[in-house]
Amino acid sequence: MGSTLFEKIWDQHSICDLGDGNELIYIDRIFLHERTGSIALKSLEERKVPIRNPNQVFATIDHIVDTFPGRGDKTLMPSGSDFIRSLRASVKGTKIHFFDIDDPNQGIVHVVSPEQGIALPGITYICPDSHTCSLGALGTLAWGVGSTECEHALATNTLIKKKPKLMKIMVDGILPLGVTSKDIILHLISQHGADGAKDHAIEFMGSVVENLEIESRLTLCNMAVEFGATTGIIAPDNKTISYLEGKAFSPEEDFNKAKHYWSELKTDQDAIFDKTITIDCSNITPYVTWGTNPQQAIPISHSIPFVDQIKNKNEKESMIRALEYMGLEQGQSINNQKIDAAFIGSCTNSRISDLRSAAKILKDKKIADNIRAICVPGSSQVKKQAEEEGLDRIFKSAGFEWRESGCSMCFFAGGESFGENQRVISTTNRNFENRQGKSTRTHLASPMTVAASAIAGKISDAKSIGIEQ
Amino acid sequence: MKSFKTFSGIAAPLIRVNIDTDAIIPSREIKTVSKKGLSGGLFAEWRYLSLESRKENPDFILNQDPFKKASILVTGNNFGCGSSREHAVWALSEWGIRAIIAPSYGSIFYSNCIKNGILPIVMDGRVISSMSEFIKDNPEENRLTVNLIKNEVSYSNEVIETFVIQKQDKEFLINGLDQIEQTLQKNSIISEFETLHKKTNPWLNAS
Ligand code: SF4
Repeated sequence: MGSTLFEKIWDQHSICDLGDGNELIYIDRIFLHERTGSIALKSLEERKVPIRNPNQVFATIDHIVDTFPGRGDKTLMPSGSDFIRSLRASVKGTKIHFFDIDDPNQGIVHVVSPEQGIALPGITYICPDSHTCSLGALGTLAWGVGSTECEHALATNTLIKKKPKLMKIMVDGILPLGVTSKDIILHLISQHGADGAKDHAIEFMGSVVENLEIESRLTLCNMAVEFGATTGIIAPDNKTISYLEGKAFSPEEDFNKAKHYWSELKTDQDAIFDKTITIDCSNITPYVTWGTNPQQAIPISHSIPFVDQIKNKNEKESMIRALEYMGLEQGQSINNQKIDAAFIGSCTNSRISDLRSAAKILKDKKIADNIRAICVPGSSQVKKQAEEEGLDRIFKSAGFEWRESGCSMCFFAGGESFGENQRVISTTNRNFENRQGKSTRTHLASPMTVAASAIAGKISDAKSIGIEQ
Repeated sequence: MKSFKTFSGIAAPLIRVNIDTDAIIPSREIKTVSKKGLSGGLFAEWRYLSLESRKENPDFILNQDPFKKASILVTGNNFGCGSSREHAVWALSEWGIRAIIAPSYGSIFYSNCIKNGILPIVMDGRVISSMSEFIKDNPEENRLTVNLIKNEVSYSNEVIETFVIQKQDKEFLINGLDQIEQTLQKNSIISEFETLHKKTNPWLNAS
């Protein structure tokens, strides 16, 4: 019997069996940010436990740092600079690769990582952040951990872990024009629930996945955690290899060796998964969430379900609560729902291709009156590239604010928010209550949908406002 | 870390599905680079009428007697989904929660619980419903007893429900061992593995 991609990488990193299903897994690379990494490093310092191999550790500042032009250590979030300074102090004098605020390669951890060739196919990789699963898009065995597990990995280069169950998701059919991997993952979660992949690691396969560019694959894997999965992974292919060639931390002299290894790295024909889900993309249309969980998503052209359609009592209550929080009615259509703000950013959709696709829609257009729109590039590199291509001018002349890179209003750390009851269409990954600020109403969607909605001033599919990509 | 084997406590039914770690502790309640001082921020958005005044919301279960003294949380599926922030577990633990009973958990949250001495018990939704009914009947008297040695939760003197937990997680909770210390004792096999691993995959070196 053959093995899956996940098992191949897992077995290659298993140091020993600890009994009871647990294995000691070797961790190749660790990435930290100021929000949680600062605590892990400080805690190890206090215990006087050294970092086993600082050269395999990376750190960036993204979560709390402001994204206003001319920013520094001082943050809108009270005490935010303590996190920044604590991380900086901890990495100082160590061999940890550090991307400080003014580093040209600074950015959101999951954007910097592929961009710099830090996440690579076939390696194990962790970060104390739940969206670490994004990196599975490169064939990396990557998952999010808590601070205590991160400390363990920093101190020992290992984690004690039980192999998750494996799920295959076949993404077949032909993806219609104007439909993105964001829509695919929202569709998937809406159909199978926010815990639909609980206890499983997912491998995304199928013709649609093969045709997706690397950045779209990153979006797909990014939201594996919103599906309840331990992580997501996609087999490396020629696109992956050419994407990684020449990146700062990609292998140089050994690139050919690596390339050879990577191109063989895939699930065997006869490998067995614990569960398989097949989706046909041919009929998927742009999605948007209406509730306070990514599973509460529908195609823009559909209406919000009726409460009585939901059988499970707890789900029903959750729906009533969500509708109240969102200021929406059961059965109403979501299309043309008036919005107050639009946000393009986050580790889900802030890469250059995301910005390009939004800019294409915004070109020579203006956002609707009374709308606040913000674009936050995912990394300083993305920002630079966008400016070289003149995308910043398109965003600005359309009426968007153009920011420095960081997590920004993807979440509310006590700094900026759109305000109470403000309805925001957002390219982020979580529409939880209060996620973007107290009582802020978040609708998740693709960059195209967000751009189109910003112009229309209401939730709109790019196609419906007459824009064909 | 406090180790535990068996205890009885007041249980608070907070039956909602998909309670995420942003709800357990909102991000802005994480004010210092520390694992302590977080209980004030626990469920802050639900617990207080206003975050500024910190005036308690009397409708929120953990503000009501006797649930103010709860040590067990009974809740809906996918509890602790979302952000990996371990602060959610540190806040629960500091507030006094020692065990949680839910049909399922966010996976990072689950292991964070184990690492911090909170027992995350998995139980069927139906069991949880009847447990909640029992508790609501007389929350002060109708306590739950958790026995980690026997993998049991008992209530009303006669109903005993069993649960499944991985052996290693159980031992870890019972003995409260320091995992880093334990793993460091394996340093020689880790090093041996590492040398070979890097030799086979020379492209792994980050420099
Ligand atoms: S962009 Fe948002 S989801 Fe991504 S790492 Fe930052 S805070 Fe987390």
